[in-house]
Amino acid sequence: MASITLSINEKKFTVDADPKMPLLWAIRDLVGLTGTKYGCGVAQCGACTVHLDGVPVRSCSVPVSAVAGKKITTIEGLSQDTSHPVQQAWIQEQVPQCGYCQSGQIMAATALLKRIPNPTDQDIDTAMQGLICRCGTYPRIRKAIKTASAIMAKSTSK
Amino acid sequence: METTNTHISRRNFIKVSGMTGAALTLGISWLNEAQAGDAITALTPETQSIDLNAWISIDTTGKVTITNHRAEMGQGSFQSVPQIIAEELEVNMDQINIIFAQGNGRKYGSQVTGGSSTIRGSYQKLLKLSATAREMLKEAAARKWGVSRSLCKAENGFIIHTGNGQKLSYGELVVEASKLEVPTDVALKDPKSYKILRKPLPRKDTPDKTNGKAIFGLDKRLPGMLYAVIERSPRFRGKVKSIDDTAALKVPGVKQVLKVSRDVFGDMLEGVAVVATTTWAAMQGRNALKVTWDDSGFEYHNTELLYNKMREDVKGDMNSFRTKGNASGIFNKASKKVEAVYETPYESHSCMEPLNCIANVTDDACEIWGPIQGPDWIQGSLAQHLKLPMEKVVVNMTFLGGGFGRKAFTDYPYEAAMISKAIKAPVMVVWTREDDMTAGPFRPGMVYQCKGSVSDSGRISSFETKIAGQNMGLQGPGNDDKSSYNESDTEGFLEPYFESIPHYSFGDKPLDSPIPVMWWRSVYASTNGFAFESFLDEMALAAGKDPLDFRRQHLGNPRYQELINKLEAVSGWKKRGKNEGYGVAITECFSSIVGEVVKVSKKADGKVKIDKVWAVMDCGWYVNPDIIRAQVEGSIIMALGAATKHGTHFADGKAVEKNFNTYRMPRINDTPEIEIHVMDNEEKAGGVGEPGLPPFTPALTNAIFDLTGKRIRVLPFSLEEV
Repeated sequence: MASITLSINEKKFTVDADPKMPLLWAIRDLVGLTGTKYGCGVAQCGACTVHLDGVPVRSCSVPVSAVAGKKITTIEGLSQDTSHPVQQAWIQEQVPQCGYCQSGQIMAATALLKRIPNPTDQDIDTAMQGLICRCGTYPRIRKAIKTASAIMAKSTSK
Repeated sequence: METTNTHISRRNFIKVSGMTGAALTLGISWLNEAQAGDAITALTPETQSIDLNAWISIDTTGKVTITNHRAEMGQGSFQSVPQIIAEELEVNMDQINIIFAQGNGRKYGSQVTGGSSTIRGSYQKLLKLSATAREMLKEAAARKWGVSRSLCKAENGFIIHTGNGQKLSYGELVVEASKLEVPTDVALKDPKSYKILRKPLPRKDTPDKTNGKAIFGLDKRLPGMLYAVIERSPRFRGKVKSIDDTAALKVPGVKQVLKVSRDVFGDMLEGVAVVATTTWAAMQGRNALKVTWDDSGFEYHNTELLYNKMREDVKGDMNSFRTKGNASGIFNKASKKVEAVYETPYESHSCMEPLNCIANVTDDACEIWGPIQGPDWIQGSLAQHLKLPMEKVVVNMTFLGGGFGRKAFTDYPYEAAMISKAIKAPVMVVWTREDDMTAGPFRPGMVYQCKGSVSDSGRISSFETKIAGQNMGLQGPGNDDKSSYNESDTEGFLEPYFESIPHYSFGDKPLDSPIPVMWWRSVYASTNGFAFESFLDEMALAAGKDPLDFRRQHLGNPRYQELINKLEAVSGWKKRGKNEGYGVAITECFSSIVGEVVKVSKKADGKVKIDKVWAVMDCGWYVNPDIIRAQVEGSIIMALGAATKHGTHFADGKAVEKNFNTYRMPRINDTPEIEIHVMDNEEKAGGVGEPGLPPFTPALTNAIFDLTGKRIRVLPFSLEEV
């Protein structure tokens, strides 16, 4: 066991953890933020996607010891009042059904839009094909990413 | 969003209303159809002995609270139930607060969220209940103003005096209204005047599903709660022979190792639980555990053996379910006949939220929290196993991260309850993805043999289907009469065919297997539909008819004709281009009819791609067209997975596919364009969550045949390899 300080959503958390513990379980069971989901444990579904220094990673496959000092953003850090353009787009397009995978989808989409503000269908396929939605919300995810892109373009042109 | 824990027993309800002042509370009974039609009752001291179970309560601030007796697993009950109530009660959606009911079969009747039944099973009662409350509020206002009720109008949470424009809020009227007789002559609105129903209003649960606040089973926490992960017999019926927990107990965080069981259709299947302070520690402890199993006799089960048996079975006699005339006699003498065998795989439900459940068992009570489709079943099962009175078993539903039939099963809450009882602490049982994918129950694999003939005029003269596969109803002690037919043998088949086909026969031969099987979205229709609608296409070819026209001429009923006309118009069926393949399929289940057309073409490399899917849903009376579209989109994509991506195989007595690297899911880049239309009519409400699934696969394989001449009869297949 080791004492590890995590920087999550611009707050510091010190946890006592097995250094090999995946970041996912540290976030969920030690820090107590449950918006980041467990789906497969082997980086196949993307439900656990968080940002590490702005880059989307699978928190189920990153040991907690590897992220000390790095900036972690979870769904809770995007905005609590659903004011982030990607959240707004998700609501506008009524994307979620069961909603379980959507934290990961939103974090992946947010990272994509940061990198490519106006993504093509091909860009969306490439960035999002690592994530699984069993409810089949893919058509709406595609639409919502384009809507979010438009919302972001509007707010930056103001 | 925390959705549980609002206890709604009558006594508590009075207490809750007592705290906010008086309230108008109306209830209705689901349990008895005759009673339910008439008996809407106001909550008074005298009615406390009457078992009421759907509630609308309006408090003195005008806030409306309703209880949702069904699960929210993505299908939208959290939105559609309030929409029904808001319409007849004349309030806006923001005035309604919806809470989850706890599991209570005596109170709510069946709460199992299955069979696409949430709306179709309750909407008429909810409409009447809401309209009754509205009329009582009008009557209360009429008395205050000393006018007739007909001069009062309900609108947006107010009663308005149509003569002078005066208005009173519902909150101001509830005290008076609660003293009135409950009227029995309440008229429902004409659907043409609906303001809230039939509108694509945004779902109330969406915001909390975009910011991490929605609480699923895995997200619920109790003070002092521990986590358990269970090593279960990798073969389906193994017993624990020995446990070496030396290494497991050395893993930091691991507290205890114990033998557990779970009830699978009356058989107690065994496992070994590792209890720890975090999920990860429990997983690590389990990895360090050494368990040997006594599972001799179960190692031989494999896919080849199962399917060889089913292929033999369809050649023999069936348990006959539904017949007319002499199908085999006509077939034998016919000149134009078709014969085909179709095979569908076993499937895992693979909800994105793996199975999990929290239990807190004390000496005289048990409380459960979890993603649960059948809370009343769990209440009954645990009361029996723990020898507790029903009211001492409280089952709370959280949001479900998918259900699809799997979360109606009682095994995982049972595990949690047994562990909590043994360790005397609240515990969450977490199934890993691998546990979830390999333990079952699965959708059963099926083999269908279809034989049919067509007359010289191109009409179906005989239609015979023999089905081999596990019957979900024949599992466990006392339910194993293998001579009983499966009454779902025709699920998916369109009703008018039974009129227009002169000779038919449907029967099945149940397969004996230790593999547990369970409902999977759209149940038997999910596989029957592939066989029936592929075979109709093969018969259309034999008859020399266009597949859509062939169906049309056998479906005389106007409702079906309208659906076909719509499908033909929106898909451009008759205007297709040269290098395009079009396929159609229409199925019926849970009282809804869905037709789908798939368009395919070849990519530059010669491989087949899906260009577009059109779906026409006729679910009769409906609530929210956007939720319907979402459900049909999801059904199509789930069907796409089962058709072209995944299937569960067995070898050495175990499931082969353990995670998403081998049980491959459809992804965003596999998803075609989907266009959905909802029929407008005044038929009774049908299901929405499942009926969009069965027609997709046969529409796809029929389209591939149209393009390539290649007939696909075995699922899953790879689009890459067509």
